[in-house]
Order: sequence, then structure tokens, then C-alpha cells
Amino acid sequence: MVRKVHKRRAGGASDPEAAAAVVMVLYITDSGPNSIRAVANLEAICREHLQGNFRLEVIDVLECPLRALADGVVVTPSLAKLSPLPVATVVGNLSDTGSVLRALGIAE
Amino acid sequence: MIDPKRGTTQDLPKIATGIQGFDELSYGGLPRKRITLLNGGPGSGKTMFALQSLVGAARMRGEHGIFVAFEERPRQIIANAAGFRWDLPALLKRKLFFMDANLSPDVVQSGEFDLRGMLAMLKAKKEEIGAQWIVFDGIDVLLTLLQNPKSEMREIYRIRDWLADNEVDAAIFTAKIDAHGPGPANYGFLQFMVDCVIEFDSRLDCGVALHRVQVTKYRGSAFARGEYPVSFGPAGMEIAGPEPTEIRQVASSERVSAGFERFDTMLGGGLFRGSSTLITGVPGTSKTTLSGKFAEAACLRGERTLFVSFDEGADRIVRNLTSVGIQLKPHLKSGVLRMYSGRTESVAAEDHLVRLKALIAEHRPRCMVIDPLSAIAKAGGLAAARSVANRFIYTAKDLKITVVVTAINESDQPESEASDLQISTIADTWIHLSYLIRGGERNRALTIIKSRGTQHSNQVRELILSDAGPVLADVYTAGGEVLMGTLRWEKEDEERAKTIQRRSEFDQKRASLEFAEAETRARIKSLEQDLARKRIELETYFSDDQARTLSSSDREQSLRRIRSADLTARAATATVTSPDKHSGSNGSGNPGRKSKSEPRNGP
Repeated sequence: MVRKVHKRRAGGASDPEAAAAVVMVLYITDSGPNSIRAVANLEAICREHLQGNFRLEVIDVLECPLRALADGVVVTPSLAKLSPLPVATVVGNLSDTGSVLRALGIAE
Repeated sequence: MIDPKRGTTQDLPKIATGIQGFDELSYGGLPRKRITLLNGGPGSGKTMFALQSLVGAARMRGEHGIFVAFEERPRQIIANAAGFRWDLPALLKRKLFFMDANLSPDVVQSGEFDLRGMLAMLKAKKEEIGAQWIVFDGIDVLLTLLQNPKSEMREIYRIRDWLADNEVDAAIFTAKIDAHGPGPANYGFLQFMVDCVIEFDSRLDCGVALHRVQVTKYRGSAFARGEYPVSFGPAGMEIAGPEPTEIRQVASSERVSAGFERFDTMLGGGLFRGSSTLITGVPGTSKTTLSGKFAEAACLRGERTLFVSFDEGADRIVRNLTSVGIQLKPHLKSGVLRMYSGRTESVAAEDHLVRLKALIAEHRPRCMVIDPLSAIAKAGGLAAARSVANRFIYTAKDLKITVVVTAINESDQPESEASDLQISTIADTWIHLSYLIRGGERNRALTIIKSRGTQHSNQVRELILSDAGPVLADVYTAGGEVLMGTLRWEKEDEERAKTIQRRSEFDQKRASLEFAEAETRARIKSLEQDLARKRIELETYFSDDQARTLSSSDREQSLRRIRSADLTARAATATVTSPDKHSGSNGSGNPGRKSKSEPRNGP
């Protein structure tokens, strides 16, 4: 799946060949406090649990609302895990790390 | 600004929904550029109301809309509305947009979220399609997800501000909020924030679901208070709005035939155009026949006619009426007549009314029959059926349709109708059919109980069904009893015999009188002959007497001549008593005779 990346806050995969890389899209609204918190929380999770083995696309819904609509976003912030399957969605500022990890398929 | 109609300050601007009845009870529709909350339990019709408002706006005024579905999937909502004549697929192409805002059960929630993103998406979509209406369906589901009262309030106010900033013409929230229920989540702030609250209610009444709608709040505007029945027809939801308190129907003085001549005569010339007639009676008293005859007469005049029957198929009715000489088939074929047969068990009275209105709109009849209207009370409450019957009659009057409805009475007393559907009070004409059982027979009697504005007959007539249709016959009352059927025939025979007898008696009497007259005449004749005879006799006698008098005076003269007596005195006497002076006059004859006889007797 090819997606245009609008904002890259977290670093890409250090090893592009990694098959088990987690592919995620985070939908935020630029200035919202929940969004700022969500980005910070996700960065921490990636740093601690994914060791760089992930790809994250951050989309500002204020900038491309019709795309977000097409992607089925309802509320923000909203995190979609596209790979590995199954697809999972987490809504909220991602403050509950445990539930985010479960949704990403990463055992505690 | 003063509204001349209501004499109060101008209400806030409104936007019509196109939902029949609602725009009337809200005096114009939903508040423009404000939020309306539709509140009610599951299946109470709030989602349909919201969607129908969007559809109405799109179809009536070309206003586009967005439907945000938090609770039901858009697919489901569209499928539910497929039964209505809304042409939804065409609207979905350009005019209506559904946003699936369901958070699937698989969605994991981690911390707080907000609606900034959603509103940004809606704004983009609004600008793309030029939407003026927006519906948030199931906003309570969203509020529940927010989990904390502060966030709930914050997000609702966020929506409100967004609506104001984006100049949305009309916004509708739907929710299932039990304001009196237990639990903290009664969302009082939501009720306060919106400008218009409409409560939806669905309950079971005698096994039939009754839908009701009630406006409980309308900031800055008057509205019709109270609950109004809701029904679902082919055009969607319909609300039986408040009836106009003033009756403005124009009374026609044109008469239409009630079916057959003698009946029309009884009614003083027929039924008034646009009037309503109620025929009551226990089962089997020919209510259908009478109304069928009315329908046939209307068809023969070429007037479009609608015949609605309940619990009996149109085919059977046509066949049964044919047996009494009423031919409806040719009119069905030509399309002048439309027949509709409905089932009544488990159909709410309100739904019948919707169906009737749809039929009227389709067929545009000038004359209409409902047989029996009382059947609508079969399922559901009597109060609802009464209201429907009333509204039907008023609808028909508004449309100037001449209506004949029948009602089955439980008892043979016409007064019992008053306790059933109570149509008799609003019907213009009330005809009661009853059975009279006398002499081992059951005969039908027809009475006109009332007929407004008409010199109608107050006599009971016997209704006889023949191959040529219904016929009315006089009834006899004898000793306070009404005679019908065989007893009537007997009575008629008796009357005929009596007439013959009277005539012969008369003839006899006349003959005897004539005889007496002739006899008297004969007697008069013989008496006259007698009289004539006597007269002749008298005259004969008189002339003899003269002759005698003359001869005696001759003798006297001759004596005087002999004795030379005074002649002059005797001559004078002779001239007075001369016979030519007396003849021809009988009356003066007697004294003449006396004066003559004196001198004669003297000597």
C-alpha cells in the first residue's frame, strides 16, 4: 500500500528489509491537545517497544479531510495499524499504553 | 415585527421539513440555523424523521444534506427507507451524503479523543456538495464513548460552534435519552443547549404499535402542544397534525343520487355533493348492497369512485352485488371504479388512514364508499379509531368527496353507534337498517335517522332486495305494530278487499237512492195529473153556474116587464155581474161570485 506521507514525526524503519515491520497511520488534528499527546505517546511506545522496526505515517485531518473520510476515520486522534494483519484501530490520545500494545499485536 | 396572523412577535425563521403534519404542528418546521433534538426510544421513528427531513429538503428545495450515522450503519438506514417513495438512490448520487461514524466494536479506546477531525472532514464534505442540512444520528452513542461528562459537554459545544461557524441551515441531533430515567447520563445540558426538542414515543396499545410525537420545547416560537399520532405510509412518516379548529368546508347544494329513485325521494332529492352518509345496522342488513348501489349510480354518472372494503375481498363483493342486480364489473374495467380490500386485524387505525389518503391521491374519486368503516377499530384502541374516523370524514369533506360509510352495530338499536366510532355525530346523513321479526319472518327496515339540510321522510320503509336491485316499499302500521313481508302482503290484500267492498256498498246505496228519487218523481207526476183534473172539473162547474145565473136574470126581466118595475137599478146590477168581466181570473172570481149570489139568495 502506497501512501503519501505528510508529516513524519517518527523515524522510518532502520532496516527496510524487515518483514515484520509494523505499518501504522496516525490521524491527528494539528493543534489539538489530544493529538499532541497522541503523537508523544506513540513516539514513546515506538521507541520502547518497536526498536525502530516500524513505518508510521501521520496525517493531519485538517489538511486532508477528504482522504481521512475515505479512510474511514471517525474521531481524532485515531491510529490505524495496517500491517501485520489483522487491521486494528485505536482511538484516543494513546495514554493507555497497554491497550495500544495489544492492538498493535505486541505482547507485553 | 408583528405577524398579522397571530398578533404576536414574529417567530424565528423556520425551515419546512415536508413531513406531513409536522410543519403544521410546529407552525412552519424546524428552527433555521438552530439545533433540533429528536429524542425517543429505539424504533420510535426519530431516525426516519431526520432522514425524511433531509429527503424533503433535497426534493422540495434542492437543498443538500449530510447524515452522520453514529449508531446504525448507513447501509441499514438506506435499506430501511427503501420502502418509501423517496428515490433515495438518486439522491445519494449528489444530494445526500452518509457518513459512517460507527466505531466498530473492535476499535480499541485508549485515552481521550475529540471531534476536531470529524468536523474538519464534514466541513470539507459540506463544501464539496454544498450541504445545508446536517443530521447527527445517535449522538448519545458518541457521548457514551466520550466517557466523561466534561468531554461530553465540550464536544457538544464544539459541534454547536462548528454549526454556527459553518452556517448550517438546519441541524438535527437524534438521541435516546430518558430524562426521567435512572443514571447520571440524562444529558440535561443537551436539552438546554438545543432550541427545539421533539419527543418520539412508541408503545403498544391493544397489541398494535402506536407511534406518537410531541414537541416539548421550541425556543422563541409557539407550537401545537400535545401528542400527535404518527403513521408510516408510502410517502414516509406522516403526523396527524392538529386539526384546524375552524371548519371551512363549502356546503354544496348540488344533489347526487343515493342509488335509486325511491331512496332519493325519501332523502328529499338525494345526498348533497361532498356530504358524508353513515349506514348503520347489524350484520346482514344490506349495508353493503345499499352502498354498492350508491357506487354503481356514481359510476353510471361517470364519476370516479373508490370502494374500500375491509375484511372482504373485492371479487366477492362484486359477485354478491351482481346477485342483487348491481353491476360493478364494467366500471372496474373502465377504470371509473377502484376497489380496495384491506385487512384489519393487527393494522393500526392510523395506518388505515394513511392508506386511504394514498388511495384517494391515486384515484382522485368524487364518490367513495368504506364498508365497514367500523372495522378500523378492530385492532388497537377505540380512541385512535375514533380519531381516525373523524379525520377521514373531514379529509373527504375538504376534498368534496361524497362519502358513504357503513358501521356495524352490536345491537339493533341505532343509538349504540354513538358508543362505538361516534361517526353519527359528524355524518350529514344517518341511515339505520334493522331487522323486524314478525310472523316468522325477518324483514329489513330502513329509517333515516337524520339528514342535515333536507326535508327527509320520517317514515320507516321496507327494504326489499330483488334481481333488479334494492327496492323500498311502504310499511303498514297496525295496532302500533309495523307490518312487513308476508304480513305486509296480507295487509295489502286486506286493503284491496276492503276497497272493493266499500265500492259495492256505495253502488248499492246509490241505486237505492236513485230508486227512491224515481219513485218520488212518479208520485209528483200523478199528483200533478190529479191537480189538472180537479182544475178542469172546477172550470166546468163554474161555467154551468154562469149559465144558470144568466137564465134566472132573464126570467126576472121578463117578470118586470110584465109588472113595469124600475129597470135602471136592475140593469146596473146586471152589468157588474156580466160573465165576460169574470172569466180569465180565478182569484177575483170568488168575491164576484159571492156578491152575485147574495142578491140571488136574498129574494
